Amino acid sequence: MSTIEAPPVREAPDVTGLGDPIKGPTALGSDPVRFWHLTRALAVTDFKLKFFGSVLGYAWQLMRPLLLFGVLYVVFTEIVSLGKDVPFYGVMLLMGIVLFSFFSEATGGAVTSLSDRENLVRRIEFPRLAVPLSVILTALMNLGLNLIVVIIFLMVSGGSVMLTWLEIPLLVILLVFFCTGLGMLLSVGYVRYRDVRPIWDVVLQIMFYATPIFYTITTVSESNATLAKIIMYNPFAAVLQQMRHAVVDPSQPSAAAAIGGTVYLLIPLGIMVVLFFVGYRTFRREAPKIAEIL
Amino acid sequence: MPQAVPAVLVDDVSKSFELPREQVHTLKERALHPFRRTGSDTLNALRGVSFSVAPGEFFGIVGRNGSGKSTMLKCLAGIYGADTGRIFINGRLSSFIELGVGFNPDLPARDNVGINATMLGLSPKEGRKRFDAIIDFAELHDFVDLKLKNYSSGMLVRLAFAVMIQVDADILLIDEVLAVGDLSFQQKCFDEFETIRRSGKTVLLVTHDMAAVQRFCDRALLLEHGRVTEEGDPARVGNRYQELNFSEEARVDAAAGTSAIEPAAGTNVPRPEGVSEDTIIVPDFGGSRYGNQNAEIIDAGFEDKTGKRRETLPVGEPCAMVFRALFHERVEDPNFELQLLNSHGDIMFLSSSGPTSGVFDVGDEAHFRIYFENVLAPDRYHLSPAVRRAPGGEWLDYRERFCSVVVTGLGLSGGLVSLRHEQAMFRVEPDGQTHVLKTTEIADNVEEGLRDRDRARDRDRDGDPDGDRDGAEQRVEPTA
Repeated sequence: MSTIEAPPVREAPDVTGLGDPIKGPTALGSDPVRFWHLTRALAVTDFKLKFFGSVLGYAWQLMRPLLLFGVLYVVFTEIVSLGKDVPFYGVMLLMGIVLFSFFSEATGGAVTSLSDRENLVRRIEFPRLAVPLSVILTALMNLGLNLIVVIIFLMVSGGSVMLTWLEIPLLVILLVFFCTGLGMLLSVGYVRYRDVRPIWDVVLQIMFYATPIFYTITTVSESNATLAKIIMYNPFAAVLQQMRHAVVDPSQPSAAAAIGGTVYLLIPLGIMVVLFFVGYRTFRREAPKIAEIL
Repeated sequence: MPQAVPAVLVDDVSKSFELPREQVHTLKERALHPFRRTGSDTLNALRGVSFSVAPGEFFGIVGRNGSGKSTMLKCLAGIYGADTGRIFINGRLSSFIELGVGFNPDLPARDNVGINATMLGLSPKEGRKRFDAIIDFAELHDFVDLKLKNYSSGMLVRLAFAVMIQVDADILLIDEVLAVGDLSFQQKCFDEFETIRRSGKTVLLVTHDMAAVQRFCDRALLLEHGRVTEEGDPARVGNRYQELNFSEEARVDAAAGTSAIEPAAGTNVPRPEGVSEDTIIVPDFGGSRYGNQNAEIIDAGFEDKTGKRRETLPVGEPCAMVFRALFHERVEDPNFELQLLNSHGDIMFLSSSGPTSGVFDVGDEAHFRIYFENVLAPDRYHLSPAVRRAPGGEWLDYRERFCSVVVTGLGLSGGLVSLRHEQAMFRVEPDGQTHVLKTTEIADNVEEGLRDRDRARDRDRDGDPDGDRDGAEQRVEPTA
């Protein structure tokens, strides 16, 4: 008189035709196209907000590096005669500031990115890596616009178009690679330890002074050759130096020359690679847990 | 049971969270106390949950707060990874744990639709293609370029919901989104759910709105303390859910993996071999019984106007429904309830005794009788009597569909109720002259119907007593 509801068969559920069980959250997700769409959507949203969010929009984006540039330029050409005799000092300073802005925006933004995007991470299935990557992508868009300003400034200052400009994409890619490695490590570190942020702020500040941004590497090597080489071990410094050599003024030593031989370039390159893989492994290991810990 | 490949199969899934008692959040603390192990509590959010959902099924997951239903949903959605067990998803899945994921208040609707659609799994190109359909559904044509922060909350919800239904997924995971928007929009959402349901999509709805579950779901699952305590018919799951809400005892039993439910008397179902103790066996035709039966409902039925117990009742006459309960413990001011359901399971009528019903001692019997004029349309009706400790409180005894009655009548109204009424029809000429075409009293009652017919026949025989009447009288022909 009554039919009995069969309980779910726990022992041996028939899984034919079902494929593989779902994996839960991962760093990359299973669909690279979706990964890219998401990263791009996040990055474009951020960029739009910065661009159209205020009346002056992009002007503000440019204002900060330009103001810093103005102050440093006046200080180091009029007060301290550090850059007075350096050809294209203004352009080199601006190039340094623009690249550093990118570096600090990308890595500094990546630190808090996962917790900033908490509402997404905790509410939809999401390849986790898209979050820090989108921050870096937004920073990259800014860098693109800012580099145009640098180029214009260079032409106005009497620079010339060179074949070595073709190195720009490669150098930018290297820088992005470096930032990505750091970004993965920092973003996932911040989820567990909130003091990653102040620490990274301090590191960025140190980096600003420890990189030939408002001084040139030749100034350093004149007084202390070893220190100059150590400075160049920093991947960011190496990229910046090569950028100056290839884009602004060929009379500046190339990164290889500044570090003391092409072979030594393997050191900053190695740092980049190691950071990237350590970062990726850490991120991938932590990715399934991010939504829970946040 | 031989059936198609399930759309969703959850196989023995467990998930626990570590809740550190004292969360180490800073490197400094780590550095200062490198070897101090902070204790942590383990929260077992899901414990060996297994179920499967067939393609095209509307499946409800219900449970009280903290029962693990949201964790289950997040595991299904791929936001949390399960600790053990496997989850199979057969088809494209979209989850709607929150409406408008990724909405940014500082961007206009156009951009937000794109972002949201991307988040939910459309490509940006598809998102653009469906933009018009989305705006159409949300009825927000005039506000396409308005920033979202200037939207009213109702508009936001409409937009978000519109995007959601445009994402073509085979399997939809929906979490409590029904509780938003104004009434007319809610109605629209409900209509849309019906459409989704008919279109053959598989839907998993997580909610504690039992009305929605009973309205939409083909089957439902009740979670309590991370375990499946009931699975199957939504009405039964709904009742179990209510019982859990009110009865501490049932809650404890559910946590222990047993049930406080006993099948109604005379419907004792043997537990078949191989069926785990976790599964509650209840006969399928309803008639479940809930509560500890310290006030035992021993009898219920319907009475006609003379007070005689009847299996059938005529439409349009005074009658009564009644139940008797025997008390095995002293209860002050218990609440007596009677629920009348029609053959479709709609609650036609509900009456309860209210807060001051008196004191009943051990051995006392309570008689609860409701006199009413029978306006119910002809159908079979079931009576579910209940005794609660207090209004809205724990069930002492609740016998679902304990007894039934057939209401007899002519079946004229075609509605849920059959009201005695009078029809009047007029013809008004352009110059304002009014003619009464007919006036007819209509009752569903067989006796009265026959009387009316005779009266009409007499009138026909006597000729038109009223000069104004130029139309035929409506005749009421008994059909039963």
